[in-house]
Amino acid sequence: MKKDDYTTSEKEQLLKEIEQQEIKWISAKQRKHKKYRKVRLSRSTSGDIALIIVLLLFGSFSAYPLIFTITNSLKGFDEIFVFPPRLFPRNITFSNFVDLFNLIGNTQIPISRYFINTLTITLFGTVGHVFLASLCAYPLAKHHFPGRHLINQLVVYSLMFSVAVTQIPTYMIISWLGLIDSQWAIIIPAWGFTLGLFLMRQFMVTIPNELLEAAKIDGANEYQSFMYIVMPLVKPAWLTLIILLFQQLWGTDGGSYIFTENLKPLSYALRQIVAGGIARTGTAAAVTVIMLIVPLSVFIINQTKMLDTMAHSGLK
Amino acid sequence: MTTNTVQIAENFVKPTLLQRMKKKKVYYSMILPFMIIFTIFTVIPVLMSFFLSFTSFDMLQAPKFIGLKNYINLFLNDDVFLIALKNTIILALITGPISYMMAFLFAWLINELSPKIRWFMILIFYAPSISGSAYLLWLLIFSSDMYGILNAYLIDLNLINSPILWLETPKYALVILVIVQLWLSLGVSFLAFVAGLQTVDKTLYEAAAVDGIRNRWQELWYITLPQMKSQLMFGAVMQITNALGIGIVSVSLLGFPSVEYSGHTIVTHLMDFGSTNSTRLEMGYASAIATILFVMMLGSNLMVQKLIKRVGK
Repeated sequence: MKKDDYTTSEKEQLLKEIEQQEIKWISAKQRKHKKYRKVRLSRSTSGDIALIIVLLLFGSFSAYPLIFTITNSLKGFDEIFVFPPRLFPRNITFSNFVDLFNLIGNTQIPISRYFINTLTITLFGTVGHVFLASLCAYPLAKHHFPGRHLINQLVVYSLMFSVAVTQIPTYMIISWLGLIDSQWAIIIPAWGFTLGLFLMRQFMVTIPNELLEAAKIDGANEYQSFMYIVMPLVKPAWLTLIILLFQQLWGTDGGSYIFTENLKPLSYALRQIVAGGIARTGTAAAVTVIMLIVPLSVFIINQTKMLDTMAHSGLK
Repeated sequence: MTTNTVQIAENFVKPTLLQRMKKKKVYYSMILPFMIIFTIFTVIPVLMSFFLSFTSFDMLQAPKFIGLKNYINLFLNDDVFLIALKNTIILALITGPISYMMAFLFAWLINELSPKIRWFMILIFYAPSISGSAYLLWLLIFSSDMYGILNAYLIDLNLINSPILWLETPKYALVILVIVQLWLSLGVSFLAFVAGLQTVDKTLYEAAAVDGIRNRWQELWYITLPQMKSQLMFGAVMQITNALGIGIVSVSLLGFPSVEYSGHTIVTHLMDFGSTNSTRLEMGYASAIATILFVMMLGSNLMVQKLIKRVGK
């Protein structure tokens, strides 16, 4: 059937149907969460107290180093080396951040250059990955074709080993492709991040088939259904992919791939600055805080969306 | 049967694989871009690593086939590799199961807190794993002089008289790595568990209470865990891969090489031979190390998958 076979009113009817199905699907998801939050199983008081103690203990183990870094960045030089160490500073000062900016001003290459490099890597890497991974995940999740099962298996197996295993051949391949000493050496491999593809595929499986069929009857080709039906529905999944990629790329220092000074990322430049030994402990803390703020706030903003995606992360 | 239907049946031939693929070509066009990158940066490297492990290769001359010699050298002549293997196995056996259980336990404990508190606890537990290089703060905690945070507290409490050289004493190396690794370990699998627990069907609990489930442990084992089996498997994959891949943390905290190779792992051994910054450039040998690590990761993953399938039975 082609779309010419439909009159305008019939098309409108179909569009309405699609809309209604979307609403149903989304509200069913939300209902699940709401219903859950209301239920609370009864518990004994002593159990509650034990629970709070365990959570407090491990919570402080988890938070202590981060809080210490943050407060260290707000301490003056004399207070960092006070004995015994204090978690919270008596006098809050921003001198470490001021020092950092002065040190940055003295570098040969302006810091904005490093910042733009990191931004380029993070932006191109993340956007490219989200687009390519979703485009690939859609047929793998929703359609049947020869080879699909094999690819799905390969993706699952590739989750089972870390990049450390392949670093030597990867380096050779990147140098054969002529990507050494360019930011593409980091951006392009990031596009092929398999955990992202896997999470996206798992999330897409939950999209009701009726929606896609309705779009097909309406005359949409596969690319159109992908762009206008699937992509808006998997927003939680691509926000998750953004968080994961952001964490990886934001902190990258170029490793053994980038040599030219004005192509190097921010994290490399900041690390050079704080390599000045113990006298720069405060500045180092300021650097850590700056590098931490961005991925942490991206996570804070998108936490619920990320959990929504992770709910479908299971392996069968 | 009329002649018409017979004719149709005769004309109907099962489409060949190529024909079926042609019909679905739009799907191939969609997966192609990602699959090319996936093949170049994941599939081919694994195969290359496997083949190079049977060769002697220094990146300057063509690889020379030497059979199993690399593997034989690793196990018979390379004492440092055996230390690395031992350390990796010890670290994985401790941090793997503990981090896995911790991720589940904390996800389970915060599951019934009010949404706002739960949101905050997730942030606290997950923050270390997204903090990038913030784990370097542990250098300050374990620092060897009296300004090292741990030393300072211990001296202040009169537990020790002089500072302990935490990072330079071999017997503390693995303990420190375990602590820092556990600190970093509540990552993606923790989030998967938190999310998975929210999708567990609550009506089953009521049914179970009627059926005679008495305490929360029984409830956990018979109701919650079986429903979360798929997330449990996913989490296991993530934790095992991380536990066997400890290396960069060791190099940044204990230095390279660490004192008496006390914090040496397979990954640091691999970096020693295979990293382009190292002077050795014995790529065949390094590939053999990588292949062993690959087999260990894949093997333990598949083994644990089988174990988890039994949960709740």
